[in-house]
Amino acid sequence: MQSINLAEHSVRQLNQLLHDQYNHLDERQWDVSQTSGQHNIACGLNQNLEVNIHGHVGYFCAGMNQLAYVTVHGNAGQGVAENMMSGTVHVKGDASSAAGATAHGGLLIVDGNTGARCGISMKGCDIVVKGNVGHMSCFMAQAGTLVVCGDAGEALGDSLYETVIYVKGKVQSLGADCIEKPVTEKHLKKLKKLLKSAGAEEDPAQFKRYGSARQLYNFKVDNAY
Amino acid sequence: MNNDHPQDNLRESATFDRTTMAEIRRAAETGIYDIRGFGAKRKLPHFDDLLFLGASMSRYPLEGYREACDTSVTLGTRFAKKPIVIDTPVTIAGMSFGALSANAKEALGRGASAVGTSTTTGDGGMTPEERGQSDKLVYQYLPSRYGMNPDDLRKADAIEIVLGQGAKPGGGGMLLGQKITDRVAGMRTLPKGVDQRSACRHPDWTGPDDLTIKIQELREITDWLIPIYIKIGATRTYYDVKLAVKAGADVVVVDGMQGGTAATQEVFIEHVGIPTLAAIPQAVQALQDMGMHRKVQLIVSGGIRNGADVAKCMALGADAVAIGTAALVALGCNDPKYDDEFKQIGSAAGFYDDYHEGKDPAGISTQDPQLAQRLNPVDGGRKLANYIRVLTLEAQTLARACGKSNLNNLEPEDMVALTVESAAMAKVPLVGTNWIPGQAF
Repeated sequence: MQSINLAEHSVRQLNQLLHDQYNHLDERQWDVSQTSGQHNIACGLNQNLEVNIHGHVGYFCAGMNQLAYVTVHGNAGQGVAENMMSGTVHVKGDASSAAGATAHGGLLIVDGNTGARCGISMKGCDIVVKGNVGHMSCFMAQAGTLVVCGDAGEALGDSLYETVIYVKGKVQSLGADCIEKPVTEKHLKKLKKLLKSAGAEEDPAQFKRYGSARQLYNFKVDNAY
Repeated sequence: MNNDHPQDNLRESATFDRTTMAEIRRAAETGIYDIRGFGAKRKLPHFDDLLFLGASMSRYPLEGYREACDTSVTLGTRFAKKPIVIDTPVTIAGMSFGALSANAKEALGRGASAVGTSTTTGDGGMTPEERGQSDKLVYQYLPSRYGMNPDDLRKADAIEIVLGQGAKPGGGGMLLGQKITDRVAGMRTLPKGVDQRSACRHPDWTGPDDLTIKIQELREITDWLIPIYIKIGATRTYYDVKLAVKAGADVVVVDGMQGGTAATQEVFIEHVGIPTLAAIPQAVQALQDMGMHRKVQLIVSGGIRNGADVAKCMALGADAVAIGTAALVALGCNDPKYDDEFKQIGSAAGFYDDYHEGKDPAGISTQDPQLAQRLNPVDGGRKLANYIRVLTLEAQTLARACGKSNLNNLEPEDMVALTVESAAMAKVPLVGTNWIPGQAF
């Protein structure tokens, strides 16, 4: 295992070392410490690495992740795992706004809560939040699944495309074109699998499912807000 | 206003002319705002309102054909390890696969590569055809992030973070259902046939301080190798350019309101933004005030048609220009040979702007395979290359006439303005006077 102390090395040095593993894999396991909330830690990874980050991180940690398993043992700033393509990002604490924004694939797990716009414009990833999510979560979300074990803030799923949202707790309000939909056996099975992969012990039967009413898919003047 | 009515005693209203009344009737009939492509069609102060002062007694001209006049430009010298070097200051603006056919995108790449310049992706991601045929490809990073992935990011020669475009500053992209084919839908992760309205603001950052961090993230992902541009639609240009520089841009792209689009509301195209002519001096002033002129390069676009326009942009302080509508015209957009077919879809050659409907007889702004095959990408690329060569030669001609051995040496002092408005906007004297409106004698 390689250990990098960010009090002694720059984020640039760390990221370059991690990126170098793509062409020549020297070390699969990485430990990062003394993060001091710095931005852009471990972004652009494209190798099957295991990166443990000890401390809080700033914006865009693990941005555009491919293949790597990144664990943040602390809180994460805005845009954690933004545009992730594959792999797993696990935040042990809370995550700020736009967690998993535009992510195409992979799994984002947040043990705590997230701020606003969790899963905004997501394009196929799975997100499991064990706490609550803030307002405008899944705004214009296109594909993938958001699971919220706590409550969801205002305007959940506003202008939603084909992302599926499961919420166990209360939903403060639904956004434009987002509606509650029935939960079938197929949905329960998928939800159970997702919860298990995130290490969440909730009962899938206690969740409600939300999706797009598909009324905004083609312009109708009566739908204009 | 068109006053060609045969009866002399009939007078058309300047306020309610026939086009205006037709739009009122259309709105009353449909209840939907008009959506179209192209750029602003209204008359605006433009580069035609400027003239060059060729050399005579007080200036020494260069021979118009043989003496060298350098046209190469290096973009991204501020932070990138690998700046882009282009042989002509004329680049191709961002236009999406989706808005344009794959053949059209390939033709743009071929044409740009033939003359040593760059082309740009658009909303919807990078196609293999485009990457394969483009020696220098700028990858747009847009609010929608359709098709955005780190593999393509690393394949790019530069990244252009799009905050807005001249045709619709403050608005997002629009691609209506009829153009969302299986391939377009797949690249954008959308259901086939939906009206795609891409976001007007970025999803994971707000404001210039966040943008600074976003730029750093993109630099980290690409190991600080390639330049990062910021593209803005021209509105509060002075302040926006300053913020873009502060955020860390290598290159700022300013798109004036004559810049084209594949689809948006007509009211947006004609009533939002400022003319390119007015935007350039504001952008240059911002760079100069920060001591960053020529350190952060400035690319301008919006209504550039000929070498005179290119030279005038350079003289006002731009490092390069980008063309979109003109490039499509070079490929065959609005070609009179399709006039009968334009008429069948309610338009005419030279007037066609319904790019959003996907029925372009010239096969450019369409996803219809039958129409798209009308554009041969090799022929299209050759025409575009010819056209850019002409733009470059024309700009060189004017620069040599002003005694400049490099297009970049053109300066505002080489020009005068024909109208008070253009003098005020371009900040050059009204012809025959020393008067620049807004400045003391």
